[in-house]
Parts: sequence; C-alpha cells; structure tokens
Amino acid sequence: MRSRRFSPLVHGGLLTLTGAVLLLLSGFVDELRTYQGAQVAVYVIAISSIVLLTGYSGQISLGHGAIMAIGGYAAALSFVKWNFPFEIAILFGVIVGTISGFILGVAAARLSGPYLAGTTLALAVGLPTLADQFRVLGGEQGLNFDIGDPPTWITKIEGSSFTQYKWFFWITTIFALFTLWAITNLLHSSFGRNWRASRNNPVAAGLAGINVARGKVLAFTVSSGLASLAGALFGLLLGLVTPSAFPLSLSFAIVTGAVLAGVGNLAGSIVGAVVLVAIPEFSGTLATHLGNSQKVSANLPGLAMSLLLILVVLFLPNGLGSAQLVKKLYKKFTTT
Amino acid sequence: MSEGLVVSNLSVDFGAVNAVHELSFHIRPGELVALIGANGAGKSTLIRALSGLITPSQGMASWNGVSLIGQKPEELARQGIVHISEGRAVIPELTVSENLALGGIWRRDKKDVEIAREQTLSIFPVLAARLGQRADSLSGGERQMLAIGRALISRPKLLFLDEPSLGLAPLIIEEIFKTIGALRTQFGLTVLLVEQNAMSALRIADRGLILNLGALVASGTSDELIADPQLRSAYLGI
Amino acid sequence: MFIDTLLIGLSSGAIYSLMALALVLVWRSTRVINFAQSGQAVLSTYIGYEITLRTHNYWVSLPIAIIAGALLGSSIDLLFIRVLTKRVKSGPIAEIAPVIATLGLLGLIQSLIGLIWGNAFLQYPSPLSAKGFTFGTHTIPFSPQNSMIVLSSAAVLAVFGIIFKYTDLGLALRAASFQPEIAQLAGVRVARVRNIGWAFAGSAGAVAGAVITPTSTLSPNSLDLLFVSGFIAAVIGGLDSLIGAVVGGVVLGVGFSFILQYIGSSVTFLMGFIILMIVLLVRPRGIFGSKVGRHA
Repeated sequence: MRSRRFSPLVHGGLLTLTGAVLLLLSGFVDELRTYQGAQVAVYVIAISSIVLLTGYSGQISLGHGAIMAIGGYAAALSFVKWNFPFEIAILFGVIVGTISGFILGVAAARLSGPYLAGTTLALAVGLPTLADQFRVLGGEQGLNFDIGDPPTWITKIEGSSFTQYKWFFWITTIFALFTLWAITNLLHSSFGRNWRASRNNPVAAGLAGINVARGKVLAFTVSSGLASLAGALFGLLLGLVTPSAFPLSLSFAIVTGAVLAGVGNLAGSIVGAVVLVAIPEFSGTLATHLGNSQKVSANLPGLAMSLLLILVVLFLPNGLGSAQLVKKLYKKFTTT
Repeated sequence: MSEGLVVSNLSVDFGAVNAVHELSFHIRPGELVALIGANGAGKSTLIRALSGLITPSQGMASWNGVSLIGQKPEELARQGIVHISEGRAVIPELTVSENLALGGIWRRDKKDVEIAREQTLSIFPVLAARLGQRADSLSGGERQMLAIGRALISRPKLLFLDEPSLGLAPLIIEEIFKTIGALRTQFGLTVLLVEQNAMSALRIADRGLILNLGALVASGTSDELIADPQLRSAYLGI
Repeated sequence: MFIDTLLIGLSSGAIYSLMALALVLVWRSTRVINFAQSGQAVLSTYIGYEITLRTHNYWVSLPIAIIAGALLGSSIDLLFIRVLTKRVKSGPIAEIAPVIATLGLLGLIQSLIGLIWGNAFLQYPSPLSAKGFTFGTHTIPFSPQNSMIVLSSAAVLAVFGIIFKYTDLGLALRAASFQPEIAQLAGVRVARVRNIGWAFAGSAGAVAGAVITPTSTLSPNSLDLLFVSGFIAAVIGGLDSLIGAVVGGVVLGVGFSFILQYIGSSVTFLMGFIILMIVLLVRPRGIFGSKVGRHA
C-alpha cells in the first residue's frame, strides 16, 4: 500500500507533460512504430480495466475481449448507421459498454472465483457470434470504422507529413493518458480503498460499513467502460470491427498483460502493454533469424508469450512493472 | 530415557511471533498426560509441530528414539502417532463407515483392520447404528467418538487429542473422558491430552503440564496440580 | 426429428461430460481450474495420431493416447502445479495465479505442438464409419463414431464411478479432496493421491480427444471450444461434484443440440452463456455444488 502523497493536479500535470513529449517524439519514428505506439495506448486502457477489476476488486474476467467488442461495435454502428462523428461514436461505444457492464456486474457480483471465470469465458466465446445473427451487425465482414485522414486544421499546423497513423497515435495516446489519470484518481479515492478492503476480507469490510456487493458492481461497470473504450479505439485502429477481431485470445491477452503489469499496479499497465505489442514483433525478428519457416514464425510469438507469462507468475508475482523488481535489479547491477 | 515421547528445547515461531518457547518434557509409554493452558497458550501449536503439520524453528522431539521432526504427518500417522485435531477430526462429506475405513486404508493387515473395526463398533455402539449416515449429520459428541474410533482402527501407539471436549455438553464430556481413560488402559496407549477443560482432564490423567504463553510453567502429577492453590486459581479456574 | 436431435445431443453431451469430469477431478483435488486441459488432451491425441500413422491401427493408438494423457497429467502436477502452489500462496495474484499459469501452460503446449507438427489441420483416421445408422429407409444422424463417443465416455465415467465409490484409492482421493489435512493425519499420502487424480484427469481428457477428433480435424486448437463447453458443463453441474459434471455435460449437450436444430448454429455459445447464467442465478454454485463451508 503506497503512502505517497498523491495530488491529482500534479499527477495530471505530469501526464500532460508526458503526452506532449510523446507526441513530439512521434515525429521522429517511422510509420510502423507509430502504429504500434497506438496499439500500446489501446492495450494500456484495456489492461487498466483488468487492473481495476481484478487487482483492486478481486473479480476475475476472462471475457473482457467481448466487452471490448461491445464498445467497438457500438461505436462503429453509430459511425456507420447514424453518421456520428468519430469522437461521439467512441463516447457512444463507452456508454453502451458501461451499461452492459452494469448488467453483467449485477449478475457477476453473486459469483465467486472459478464460477465467474467460467461465465465470462462463455461470454467471450458466445458474444461475438451475435454478429452473425443480426444482419445490422455486418456478419463476418463486420462494420466499417474508417475515420479517414486527419482533419485539415492539424495538417495545416503539422504539415503534410502528419499521416493517418500519427493521427491514430495522437487520439489513442490522449485517451490513454486521460484514462490513466482518471483511474489513478479513482483507485486512490475511497472507492479504491473500499475495493481493496472488500477483496482482502469481505466479512470485515461489510462489518465496517462497506457495501461489498455494490462495490463489486461498480468495479465491473467502470471496468467495462474502460474495456469498451479500448474496444472502440481498437476498431478505430483496424478501420473496421469484425467478430474475428475480438477472439477469445484477446480476452486472454489483456489478462496476461495485466499479470505482466503486476495485477494491482496501474502504472505497470504501460509495461504490460508494451510487452504485448513487443513480443510478436521480437519473435517475428527472431523467427527470421531462425530460418523463417512457417512453423517457427507462427508459433514463436505464442511460445515466447507463454514462457514469459509462466515465469512472471512463478517468480515475479508483482509483475514486471513492480517497484520491487526495479529495486532488485538496481541492487544487482550496483553491487558487483 | 529415550523411551516414550521426548521433547527437548522445542520452539515454534510464526514470523516474528514466538508461539512455543523452548519446551522440554518427557512422557513415558503408557502415560496419560494432560496439557493444560488458556486459549492462545500454544497448546495446539505444540501438537501440530509434533504431528508434522508445522515445522518447529528449533529443538527436538522423538518417539521411542525416532525423531518426529521433519517427517510428514501421514508418515507419522503410519508409524502409530495419531493426531486427532481440534474440532475438525472427521470428514463431514463422507459417511460414518467411510470415515472409519479411512483409519485402515493404508494398513496391510486387512484382517486386523476388520478386528479393530469390530472392536470400535462395540465400544461405540452409536456409530454402528449410524454407519450409512454422512458424518455431518452426527452430533458433536458422536463426531468425537467417530474420530477416536477411526484413530483406534489404525492401531495407534501415541495419541494426541486436541481439545476433545470443545463444544460438547458436560455429560458428553464426562463420557468421552471416561472412554479415553478406559481406552488408554485397554490398548496400552500413550496419550497427550490437550485441554482447556483442565479439571476434567486432570482427573483422568496421570500427570499434567501447564503451558502459558508458549512456555512450560508447571508440571507434576494430577494430584499435585489439583492440590496447589495458586495453580488452581490461575489455571484450573477454581 | 426430436429423437435425432436428442441422440446428437447425447453424443456431444458425453464428450462434454468427459471434459467436465477431468476439470472437476483436478479442481477437487488441487483447487485449480486446469486451463491447460485442452492442450494436454490435444497433445495426447497428437501422440495417438502418430501411433495410428505408424501402426495403421486405431485400436492400438487409443490406449497409448490414454497412457500418454495420464503421464502428461501426472508430470504437470509434479513439475508445474506443485511449484505454483508453493510459490504463490498469497498476495495480489493468489486467486488468479493458477488460472494464468495454466493458461500460460496451454499456450506453451500449443506452441510446442505447432513447432513439432505444424498448425495445419490433420485428419485422425478411424475405422469407424461416420455415416449414420440406417433403419429401413430412415438414416439417423447417429453413426458408429457417435456410438464410440457415447460408449467410451460412459465407460470412463463408469470406471471412475466405481473407483471413487468402491475402492480404497477412491476413498483416499475423496478424503484428500474434501479435507486434505484430516486425510493426512489419518495416514493418507495426500500428495501422491493428488497426483493420481491429475493422471486420471489427463486420461479422461485423452479419451475425449481421441474419440472426438476423428469426427473433425486435428490441430493445436481443435479441442479449445470443447474445453470451454466442458468448463460450462462443470460449472452448471457444480464444480465440486462428479455427478454434476455428468449432468452438466448432458444438459449442455442436449441443450446445444436443440438450439442448433431449432434456432441456428451461430448462437449456440451465446445460448450456453444464457443457460449458464440462469443456472447460476438460481444456484450460484451449480446444480450439485456444495452450499456450505467450501470456499470457492
């Protein structure tokens, strides 16, 4: 439990500064890295949803990929069918996702551990199939969510080198930084403390006057709001939403990212997000060095990710982004 | 001197908390010794260390020359050292018959297991009447009898009884204690009886050990302990 | 029509029961949901596949796959789960650690399979016909392969049922899973017994894989959806209950079959989710799940 003095203003200021720096830096990297940066930003939001839900409120969800799908589809639907501007479309996605999260949260509050895991798992597999059932959702081909080129007021300022990918990076990063700021505030507030208390000892928390069930529902609702934001942005990056964009492995990936982050560690979500994007990248390079066979290139990312996950769970339960690890590494490298 | 249960300088720590402090005592074979003390005195911790459920931080304990420390509970049970734990000594989801069978499943001599089972059922007829019922449908006293019965089937030599009177009505407690005393004589058991109910325990015991805050504060024959006025007021609740 | 749908439902229900059984076995003995189950099962099936290729005999490959499944299960318990439960006893990750760790193990197994055999869809040859039985002019959608599925599942369930209820080993298994400490104090070698539970679970998964794979294709992920169905079935039946695993499997299998027939193929899992929610709403621990005392 950190007892640092926490000022939302200072924190917000720091994040804004970080944002400005990142946006500046984005001018110096190539298109691929810019796109990957945007992916990292989206994963940060998705992982933070799990940090809140599991790390703080102690509920496990293996179906947040489906909630991302809800956000993504709602946003795309409003964009395509009702011509919402994309910002409003994203907001719409978040609203729909949050409401869905509330409904799910009410059901989930009664379930414990593996029962909740099983239910969310069923959701993750079952929900994307809705797209085939209702034609308005576009079936296998999905819905378009192409927001087009950056608006003219930006290209006027930044020049013609401001590509669509840079535009994506800006959008997602701003959302991600704002999310980090807002959620850190939330986790440091009485809500966050109540979640922690309810999770460590629900009986004691109840006796102390905390409404444990309500806290659980709230956590699930907010977490779903975050996940649906990530889903909407995810669709934005892809330019479309399809059922296959939100497979079961996505749900597993963001839980993985949260574990790598240190599941109670919000700041670590950045580390987790980077790892999620970096592993496929690195293993792709490694695979080329190892002969570039189909078998190797298809399976090396999965192998690397799985090994990393197992090692983190077994030996670094506080995740890669933990302060403990940094301290340990610092000690190791400075005392030889 | 290595005959019986020999405990020397045994300490058990939980992190920074010292639960049992450099205990030493000796129980001769065939003795029934009562281990008395208030709640939190370290009695259960001591027993759990002796039966292999926890590892002591220092010291030794042995039974007839064989060290108890470092052995797993199931191995000690198979050597005839049986710990009937406090409050949860039967498996509620299994039937009475299955609970009893548990006492003998690891034994090779199945004929003797059958003999022991018959003996147990004649000592505790109420169990014979309830063989097919689940253990969680039994009363507290019946569950205690079931636990003792299961222990008997494994032909124990050293018995650790952890607060058998807990939660039982006074009349039942009388009966259980009488039975324990009788069994000790009938089967030549060595018994370490942990109890808060000091008077009842001392009445059937040969000797008593009094524990307070993890340390041994008094020991002697039951008559001596009962007679001592200081001890009576401090530990025997009189 | 109704009978046909029912028969298909029983066939798939049998497989779900097997997977559910494997999950419940491991859950009861170790308190872990073994997400790697589908990986173990599919790996055992790949081994059976290799044997079939070399011996051209399905009936030889079947017992070998089962043995492989048992050995795999036992090894995972010894080398992985023991380490896991020892290291992660408390802290922020304690509840989800087994989930994540077994997910990691699943990914590991499937990647290794891909590296060895590739990711292409393979065909597991079986001497049994996939054509439905014919009664006069009417062909029912229940083939010799389906009867193999139902019979082998029933056989596995019967064998385990007998072991659990009537043997000393079964009593030890049950005692160790209900109250491990009391079982220890009674002389049960709990660690060894747990390991046997894992071996049983592994063999159940292997049987499931070996009998269902000939009806479709073999790939590293081919048993994943089966696992999800098995998990749903186990939850519906109550994770603590072996009978629940069977009932849950049948309920789900028949339910899916009727949904498939009368509503459509795409929403089966969504309906599965709804069935699950309805059951858990009424009984949050599943139909046969224990109500008192046991911590989930």
